[in-house]
Amino acid sequence: MEKVEFTVEPVPCSTIPLKYNEALCIGCGRCAAVCQCDILLPSQEKGKHPIIMYPGECYYCGACVMVCPVPGALTLQHPLMNRAKFVPVKEVPEHTEEGTGFGNPLR
Amino acid sequence: MKEKNYKWPYENEVGIEETLTCDVLVLGGGLSGCFAAIAAARKGQSVVLVEKGAVEKSGSAGTGFDHWESACTNPCSEVTPEEIAEAYVNEQDRYSNGIAHYIECREGYDRLLDLESFGGKIRDTEDEFAGAEFRDEKTKLMFAYDYKNKFTIRVWGSTFKPALVKEMRRLGVRILERTEATALLLTSDREDNDGKEKKVRGAGAMGMDVHTGKFYILRAKATVLAMSRPARVWLFDSDLPGLCEFRPMQSIGSGHAMGWRAGVEFTMMEKSVRAEFSAAGRSFPPYGAGNNHNTWYAATMVDARGVEIPYVNRDGEELKTVSERYYPAPGQKFFLKGGVIDNPKYEYRGPETLDFEELMKRGYQLPFYADLSRMPDAERRVIWGMMVGEEAKTKIPIYKNYKDRGFDPEKHMLQSYGTGWQSANFLEQERQFFGAPGGIMHDWDLKTNIDGIYAAGDQLYASDCAGFACATGYYAGRKASDYASGTDLGEICREDTEREKQRLYAPLYTDKEAGVGWKELNQAISKAMQNYCGGVKCEALLLEGLDLLKSYEAEVVPRLSASNPHDLMRIHEVLDILTVAQLVLHASLARKSSSEPLFFRRSDYPEMDPERDRKHIVIRQAKGHVKIREVPLDFFGELKSEYEKRNQDYIEEAAERGKS
Repeated sequence: MEKVEFTVEPVPCSTIPLKYNEALCIGCGRCAAVCQCDILLPSQEKGKHPIIMYPGECYYCGACVMVCPVPGALTLQHPLMNRAKFVPVKEVPEHTEEGTGFGNPLR
Repeated sequence: MKEKNYKWPYENEVGIEETLTCDVLVLGGGLSGCFAAIAAARKGQSVVLVEKGAVEKSGSAGTGFDHWESACTNPCSEVTPEEIAEAYVNEQDRYSNGIAHYIECREGYDRLLDLESFGGKIRDTEDEFAGAEFRDEKTKLMFAYDYKNKFTIRVWGSTFKPALVKEMRRLGVRILERTEATALLLTSDREDNDGKEKKVRGAGAMGMDVHTGKFYILRAKATVLAMSRPARVWLFDSDLPGLCEFRPMQSIGSGHAMGWRAGVEFTMMEKSVRAEFSAAGRSFPPYGAGNNHNTWYAATMVDARGVEIPYVNRDGEELKTVSERYYPAPGQKFFLKGGVIDNPKYEYRGPETLDFEELMKRGYQLPFYADLSRMPDAERRVIWGMMVGEEAKTKIPIYKNYKDRGFDPEKHMLQSYGTGWQSANFLEQERQFFGAPGGIMHDWDLKTNIDGIYAAGDQLYASDCAGFACATGYYAGRKASDYASGTDLGEICREDTEREKQRLYAPLYTDKEAGVGWKELNQAISKAMQNYCGGVKCEALLLEGLDLLKSYEAEVVPRLSASNPHDLMRIHEVLDILTVAQLVLHASLARKSSSEPLFFRRSDYPEMDPERDRKHIVIRQAKGHVKIREVPLDFFGELKSEYEKRNQDYIEEAAERGKS
């Protein structure tokens, strides 16, 4: 079989799912070891965090953060469009009658 | 950018071949695959398990799951395995997997006890929920949905995969991680002297290390297919491919594709539903928006004004308390809820919020929200913190992140989107394999039509949840072991392995400049399937679709290009998607009527569910031709007696365990 040389470079993506805190990361590589989508490749510098080579292939399962031994060294966040909205709870309206549209939706 | 000069970090083993031999080969290291391996190892078989990711956190339940359905034999259950399995079969108009559901109902709780013995958490040992209505004080088991009948158990599923890996290692299972299984191996004597098709047997599989490119020949007496269900057939997003489906990025139906290529039979592959989950597009991350289903059952829902949305029982009677949402209606023995139960028949229908149309008529205002602050403390904590937390893909991306963003379930309500509980707005042609989709046809041993090849979990037709995966995995592993004990290693043919090796490596040698990447092909397949196999189908449309996909095979596949084993893995995933898409088109052509339970509409055969077609239309591929046979929907017979006929050994073992 003819030998081929492998090449690789990061694939652009509209969002970066993971952020490493360089000050906290100890470069243990646990995150890359468990990623089932294999989006992380080990750093070429010893002790540094892995490279997010395929950010678009992240499945946002959170396994990498679950196994990370240093809290805060690695964070995962969904793309902006996927952050569901939440608002303060509303008091139960006292005089609401069904069908009247009564109430204070902006409270 | 420093990554520009980055070198591929793993060895280059392209062209290097390794042959491994074992009794039982398990393809897929999710829940069902792990349990298949454990069952076989317990029976003294030598076992190899192949997993594309890393078993500790791989598969649909890699990061957890929160409830275990159909645990009918747990000590608190008030239902029998027969009652629930038959209910599932009836609920799906008999287009259901009676065999697998019965195995789940009958043996599922045993698997949960296994998981506990391996170190998984299945009960509230820390008394976090002491005194809660859903908790049994003696066993500390916690129940979901139907608090009277207690057959769905809330579990701490994030503890399960690590526990399974530990147990497999203890039992001496050889685990090949970062290895993609790509094709089944069949015994070599395929034709007799007159050129007639001879009965072949499974002889293992072939595959590739997705870091180094090493080629594997995995010879086995019996093989268990446990590689999830297909995905990305209609849905694709080239920017966020990892988010565009419900199941993990790499679970795309390779087991189906390699099965089809080898001649394995499939049923119900014509069934697909309007998509429910695609967080790259029209929906939110599962469990990450306000809703009141599944993990979130039975959250209090309110409208924009803060007016509570009523729950009603199956007779339309409004329920006054939160507690009532968890009990059957007067005169009803039990109700069904869960993964594949969308809009159940009256007989099995549980409490549900008032229908959307009715809410609009009564003046309820969008948006709706889930408001856990109005629920009893234990119910709130069990939904937000235990269930959202233990369910897959929730502990970090939902529970932790929302908490970091300031969400407090006592102070905030979480918005629901669209008009239904799925928080999604899909088009009719955006389809998905969901709600007990089609899959591999099998017998009472979970054996396929090919001797020596078994299937489990999501590869089986009409599959659903984690309990189903674990129970069928263990059962298939057991039956595969019995088969392996009585047979020898089949002879394989060098031509087959050489052909597969060529096929696997081809994209490494194509012209990179003129090459086509995996995303472009996946996108083209998905668009083709939306156009030719969408909500309404007819023969001409389906044939055009096949024609287009065949042209991709002839013209585009030879130009696919990969620069490293990772890209090569993605390319082979898409080639498998291309195979599955054709399987779906063939299955759709074979059913010449429309069907409500199969969500299948043919404009050229509009008649709905005529008696003549109320059957499995089973298809397989042989030498490039599609072979069709029909099988009655109730081919599995009377569940209890058929099961007991074949499982006396297991029943005796279970009785022994019960004594000790």
